[in-house]
Amino acid sequence: MKDMPLLSVPRAINWNRLEDDKDLEVWNRLTVNFWLPEKVPLSNDVQSWATLRPEERALTIRVFTGLTLLDTVQNTLGAPALLPDAQTPHEEAVLTNIAFMEAVHARSYSSIFSTLCMTKEVDEAFRWSEDNPHLQAKARLIIETYAPGADPLKRKIASVFLESFLFYSGFYLPMYWSSRAKLTNTADLIRLIIRDEAVHGYYIGYKFQRALEREPEARQQELKDYAFALMFDLYEIEARYTAELYDGIGLTEDVKAFLHYNANKALQNLGYESLFPPAACEVNPAILAALSPDSENHDFFSGSGSSYVIGKAVMTEDEDWDF
Amino acid sequence: MGGLIYYSSASGNTARFVAGLGLEADRIPINDAVPFPDCDGPYVLICPTYADGAGRGAVPKQVIRFLNAPARRARLRGVIGAGNRNFGQTYARAADVIAAKCGVPVLYKFELAGTPTDIARVRAGLDTLWSSECLTL
Repeated sequence: MKDMPLLSVPRAINWNRLEDDKDLEVWNRLTVNFWLPEKVPLSNDVQSWATLRPEERALTIRVFTGLTLLDTVQNTLGAPALLPDAQTPHEEAVLTNIAFMEAVHARSYSSIFSTLCMTKEVDEAFRWSEDNPHLQAKARLIIETYAPGADPLKRKIASVFLESFLFYSGFYLPMYWSSRAKLTNTADLIRLIIRDEAVHGYYIGYKFQRALEREPEARQQELKDYAFALMFDLYEIEARYTAELYDGIGLTEDVKAFLHYNANKALQNLGYESLFPPAACEVNPAILAALSPDSENHDFFSGSGSSYVIGKAVMTEDEDWDF
Repeated sequence: MGGLIYYSSASGNTARFVAGLGLEADRIPINDAVPFPDCDGPYVLICPTYADGAGRGAVPKQVIRFLNAPARRARLRGVIGAGNRNFGQTYARAADVIAAKCGVPVLYKFELAGTPTDIARVRAGLDTLWSSECLTL
């Protein structure tokens, strides 16, 4: 185990000697998915931006500023804080990739701002982000768990909650605009961020589960209690943050369903059961469709999904599978 | 009742879903040195997705190896896909790939380890599927 400073003998990383196959799998996934905001034609949203009402524009800028703050925290504190507890050199490499992509995410919101917004509006939103008690409270709660000397497994819990839960009060809005055919290029960029965060939450959650297996039962219970307590605390803040942002356009309840749904997914990334009951997680289908466009909602069992006929002939050849 | 076969990587989401179903099921091993489970009768496959952004590599290698045997493909009646909507268009893509390759329906898709609603629907759906399968025999 390595909580001690890195090795007396400096060691080169050997990707041909893996201790955990998941490291390479996730490394490959993240590197293939690499992107930069310059690749997304954000300027195609200029006209659409002009159709938003002033309060809708102000809301959007604030939401993106809040997301920038979380990405900044994860870039400079969150992902680096996981490095000392990495179990393999390959895990360290993956974590540095995660840290860098968080910087790309934080940077991409500024690309949206410089393309669509006036400097004055953006400056106002950055001031707002420093003064908003709810946004500050959630950032602080997470940062506390990242502090040097903090419990390494609690750090992973907080990190998964940031990656898989805290972003979603913000991600809701571009998905909402996209479902109404507004800011669709911006939504494409946000979907790239969402995809990355999903891999991050999955990987950190996976490493948490591996570490948890080695802990005695009492400690496992302590960590589970901690995780659910932290989720409750974060949820309370998120609910207030959501109300403050979305009450004005009447979407608070819709956003909350999305929060419940994502809170459950964050807990699943840690290997835990759901907290919110299904009835509280009925996300607006338009938002789900915006999240995974062209991906049909399959429920063959209830007859509402695709209309495949069960085929008798198996057409495939062995060679078909060599992909 | 037909069989249930699933793959779950070390993260264990699909394994947790299957445990929630409470049905007898065989796991396709992660380690390629471990023999595949026997499958003598018709079965449904539950498979997670590991696609990259372009959808490549969606079907886990061990599942490809498993389905490479024509006899196993012939007994496959349908596929249930696991995934995460956050991956956008490639959500549960492995189920689509397997369905297209094997000429069977995608029966259902769920996220991560599924919700209680997913578990109830899949349990009821499998029940109906196998009772209609018996009738047509």
